[in-house]
Amino acid sequence: MTDILKVQGLRKAFGGVVVANGIDFSLSAGTMHCLIGPNGAGKSSFFRLLLGEHAPDAGTITFDGSDITGLRSFQRIRRGISVKFQVPGIFKALSVRQNLEVAFQDHLHGQSLGATIREMLDFTDLRGNETTPAGILSHGQQQWLEIAMAVGVEPKLLLLDEPTAGMSPDETRKTGEMLHDLNSRGITILAVEHDMAFVEQIARRVTVLHFGSIFASGTIAEIIDHPGVQEIYLGTADA
Amino acid sequence: MSVSESATLSRSRTRSLLARLEGPQTMGRGPGFWGGAALAVAAAAAYPLMADAWTVGNAAYFLIWTFMAMGLGVVWGYAGALSFGQTAFFGLAGYAYGVITLNLGAAYGLTLLALVLAVAIGGLFALVIGYFMFYGRIQGVFIGIVTLSVTLVLETFMAQTAGPQWRIGEARLNGFNGMSGMPPLTLPWIGGDIVLYPGPSLYYLLLGLVVVCYLGLRIMLNSPFGNVLVAIRENPHRVGMLGYDVRLYQTLAFAIGGAFAALSGALYTAWGQYITPSSMGLTSAALPIVWVAVGGRRDITATLIGTIVVLAGFQSLTIYGSQYALVVMGALLLLTVLVAPQGLIIGAMTLLGRIFKSRKS
Repeated sequence: MTDILKVQGLRKAFGGVVVANGIDFSLSAGTMHCLIGPNGAGKSSFFRLLLGEHAPDAGTITFDGSDITGLRSFQRIRRGISVKFQVPGIFKALSVRQNLEVAFQDHLHGQSLGATIREMLDFTDLRGNETTPAGILSHGQQQWLEIAMAVGVEPKLLLLDEPTAGMSPDETRKTGEMLHDLNSRGITILAVEHDMAFVEQIARRVTVLHFGSIFASGTIAEIIDHPGVQEIYLGTADA
Repeated sequence: MSVSESATLSRSRTRSLLARLEGPQTMGRGPGFWGGAALAVAAAAAYPLMADAWTVGNAAYFLIWTFMAMGLGVVWGYAGALSFGQTAFFGLAGYAYGVITLNLGAAYGLTLLALVLAVAIGGLFALVIGYFMFYGRIQGVFIGIVTLSVTLVLETFMAQTAGPQWRIGEARLNGFNGMSGMPPLTLPWIGGDIVLYPGPSLYYLLLGLVVVCYLGLRIMLNSPFGNVLVAIRENPHRVGMLGYDVRLYQTLAFAIGGAFAALSGALYTAWGQYITPSSMGLTSAALPIVWVAVGGRRDITATLIGTIVVLAGFQSLTIYGSQYALVVMGALLLLTVLVAPQGLIIGAMTLLGRIFKSRKS
């Protein structure tokens, strides 16, 4: 399977704080992969580097065969990377329909735009809320709306920063099903997540970040059994 | 493509454009709204039949300012960038109209060419300023500071152009006293140009322009471009993460707002046949903010109505005795911010909408 994302020697420091310390990372196309690690491990910073919100001090990012290290954020999005933030990044004063229109209108027009919006409303269980201001949706609904918006740019790679933060168990399970659905449509998914049950639900492979470096990488079973990961992040049964 | 297919495509595009007269970015829809709008335009068209030429010319003066207000509405209300310096583009275009007409003359409808060039110059200047601001990552309150600085610099510069060396061709800039003697707009006509002095003829031209610009802006604001502007106002970071170049959209919106201010400036010069540096001063720069804020910046209809109402009130206060018109304007702005931050006209329109809805149900 080809790599859709390849990161080599990625380094970024803010003064004396190193948030990425020579990260080498690759992601196979069509997979669902989770990034875990303790707070301050550099997970969100890694996402910001991938998105072009931070310029790296060293290293390269290759996406879908092209070096995107020097591209601006919106140019990376146009190449096929999309993101859902931890805090819902929606347009709260606009209706649900308007949120989806802004997300999809660049690729779709007229009837196909309307049909896709209806499909997304069903996908997110938001049918009937088209005219509702997005800001008064429940937290889980806002998260789903943002996932649907992130799909609007027709991504090859979807980055999800704690997609289930603040969700109930039912909402978390449904979010996992949504991500499996998106993955089955060919979208590669890379998610930062703390909820290990959710990680087990969606990811076959997991990478652990610690102090801005890759600490461990493997299948979910390998990571759970990894003594070092247990020590720095997961904890042990007798702890 | 055959002729019939081409005609069908053209009709479909026209229908699609007209459909955007209504949409989520603009208040008012359906036969009730458009019937009311048609009545308002008909009443405005009938006004010169009931008033003397001076009063009609004065009403034309109100219409001139609505372009600047609508442009500011786009920049501030829709794109979320408070420009405190729309008067820079107003003044630049006003001077440009004066310089061009004093050099070219008014024959053969050249004043119309001067009007177009002046608007282009003002719009282009706004495009340049917008480019440096938005691509220079200036945001929030700093946009207001930069734009105010631009207009004050222009005012100060023009005020020191009193010497005879400050001339462009036949046109002397005249420093603090400003330029005067430029010709009004003229329309080329068989048997001699029609000169549009402040009065019914100019009034009708302006009324037509207001209607065209208002409808054009409604279509633009309900288009995908308008959707993105509103989204930028709400959450620019998210818009960038949907693949839009936020800086480009902001720059374009700013240029459009600047071109509208420039249209006001050129028309103002043609109306009064003079322009002074004070048109770019602090007081002049602040007034459009008051009109737009009081009317309601987030809806183009509210902006239009609010501007005419506030201008008429301001002038009544100025003419009929009160020395405190500017103080009243300030108080009105404070009242708006405290009582109806979305704007008084928007507040009233929303209330009316609710009443109609509750009666229907």
